[in-house]
Amino acid sequence: MTDIQTNDVDEDDIIDTPEQAASVSNAMSSKVEIIGGPPVGASTLEARDACAWFGERLVLEGVNLTMPKGKVTALIGPSGCGKSTFLRLLNRMHELIPGAALDGEIRLDGEDIYATGTRAQQIRMRIGMVFQKPNPFPAMSIQENVLAGLKLARLKCDDKDLLVEQSLIRAGLWKEVRDRLDSPGGALSGGQQQRLCIARSLAVHPNVLLMDEPCSALDPTSTRRVEETIDELRDVVTVVIVTHNMQQAQRVSDFCAFFLAEENQPGFVVEHGATDYIFSTPKDSRTLDYVQGRFG
Amino acid sequence: MAGTALDENPVTEPPSQPPVRVERTRRVITEDPSTADKNFNRITMASGISVLLLLVLVGVFLMIQSGEALSETGILRFLTRTEWRTDVQPARIGVLGLLTGTVLVALVAVVIAVPFSVFCALAITEYSTAKRRKWLVGVVDLLAAVPSLLFGLWGFLYLSDKIVPISRWLSQNLGFIPLFKTESDASLTGSIFIAGIVVALMVLPIITSVVREVFSQTPPGEKEAALALGGTRWGMIRAVVFPFGKGGIIGGSMLGLGRALGETIAVALLLPQVPQKIGESIHILQNGGATVSGFIANRAGADSFTTSGLLAAGLVLFVITLGTNMIASVVVSKSRSGAGVDI
Repeated sequence: MTDIQTNDVDEDDIIDTPEQAASVSNAMSSKVEIIGGPPVGASTLEARDACAWFGERLVLEGVNLTMPKGKVTALIGPSGCGKSTFLRLLNRMHELIPGAALDGEIRLDGEDIYATGTRAQQIRMRIGMVFQKPNPFPAMSIQENVLAGLKLARLKCDDKDLLVEQSLIRAGLWKEVRDRLDSPGGALSGGQQQRLCIARSLAVHPNVLLMDEPCSALDPTSTRRVEETIDELRDVVTVVIVTHNMQQAQRVSDFCAFFLAEENQPGFVVEHGATDYIFSTPKDSRTLDYVQGRFG
Repeated sequence: MAGTALDENPVTEPPSQPPVRVERTRRVITEDPSTADKNFNRITMASGISVLLLLVLVGVFLMIQSGEALSETGILRFLTRTEWRTDVQPARIGVLGLLTGTVLVALVAVVIAVPFSVFCALAITEYSTAKRRKWLVGVVDLLAAVPSLLFGLWGFLYLSDKIVPISRWLSQNLGFIPLFKTESDASLTGSIFIAGIVVALMVLPIITSVVREVFSQTPPGEKEAALALGGTRWGMIRAVVFPFGKGGIIGGSMLGLGRALGETIAVALLLPQVPQKIGESIHILQNGGATVSGFIANRAGADSFTTSGLLAAGLVLFVITLGTNMIASVVVSKSRSGAGVDI
């Protein structure tokens, strides 16, 4: 649970004029209302005995995990242990794969997201997702990209310009793109694209943000930016992040869950708890071996 | 790693750039392919060239054969005259009346076929399980295998009567649009509209297959992004698949247009093959109209001057379809989605 040292590093080479700095803090103090959007605030997400299948193959078994409101939970573990599958289970992206099935419950503020009569679209609107590979809509401008979620989920908002500004500030991209909101989203660098994707997810004001190895395709500088963003999102939104980078998990997360799969066996959670604890004195020796880089 | 100090680095090679520039000569790289490779190369090259040669030969043949009619009529007059009369002296022939019909039939066909093809392609790529996808692709391909004569006969003997009520409805309700107006006593069979519908059936498979191919190349990451934002499948298609596949839809439509322009048998059966007269208003819903290919099929085997005139009309069609297809392939290959798609 280490704090990122944001004070002694330059946010950018771009230095704000006093007016610009004032406008940024102004923008963040106003509140944009999204009509028909998710309820305000972060949510608690719980998995109860969650299992997942691809066709006949059971890939994840009996996961019990609580991802507390307004905290950052990191999912760690070697490749192929079901972390990403678990993440996709959390916002009903799992069911897009033909033959995918599940058992158990995923509860968003106590309510099962797979309950009959619950639409996947409603759930995905409340639980946003950032993918491993940045995937902005290349034909849309930066502004349109940020607002794409509103359009897709058919939501209305009273001040779109302010929403774009707020979302981009939250994602740490505003300073770099404020003068070219109309240029295409595909023209940005990889790191900027990923932050644009984060801004796009944040624009619908989700209760939870899932991140599937968001920095694995990024250079160190961009990685640092994304980590700063995650740090600032704390309290605003619940974050669940899959990462292969132990230092990253240690830097950004409050809680940590260690996933593991024996050969040809479904993945499961070996251990979970506060990040400090998982990284210092875990009960299971496999956890210690993994976090200290002895395998995986 | 930690044990190796920098000064122990065992560099033995000379520095890669000498301090003084020396005069360099390029080494010639020789390749000596095996006999099998050489022969195979020859065969493939010969096949490739012969296709090109065929195209040129057809063009040259058409130009030579149409010479008689074109020199007597004058190229410009031939292109701008709508009449086709060989019973007067001198004969008054022109391609414009035929061309109008050709373009109208093709446009009706494409306007009807494109939405169908796009939705069909979506059904295949976005709304089907793997099994149903295979099945649907097979059915569409099968449609392409039906001889166009059968489509023509079916249209002539069966479909035509069924469409008459639609034509009547259109003319009664949309008659204020000049194109949909009909004369009060006109027959509604054998119209450009009906011919267009039948031709639409014939171009549907080709458009569908190009559009399907393009849609299936949509980056999965962008599709997931749209769905993860709370979009419905249809919303995702509008936000991601359509913008990505735009080039493919345009290109596929133009390719279909190219096919529709040259379609012969259905229009020869369905249309009375009376060239459209300029000045007279165009009625696509009522009996009448002619197309280049249908007209040629109907009149083939006449005297040498008429044949020459028909070939001149064929030459015009040849140039137009070639142009349409070339534009179509450029559009598809230039678009983001079409980079890996062959049409």
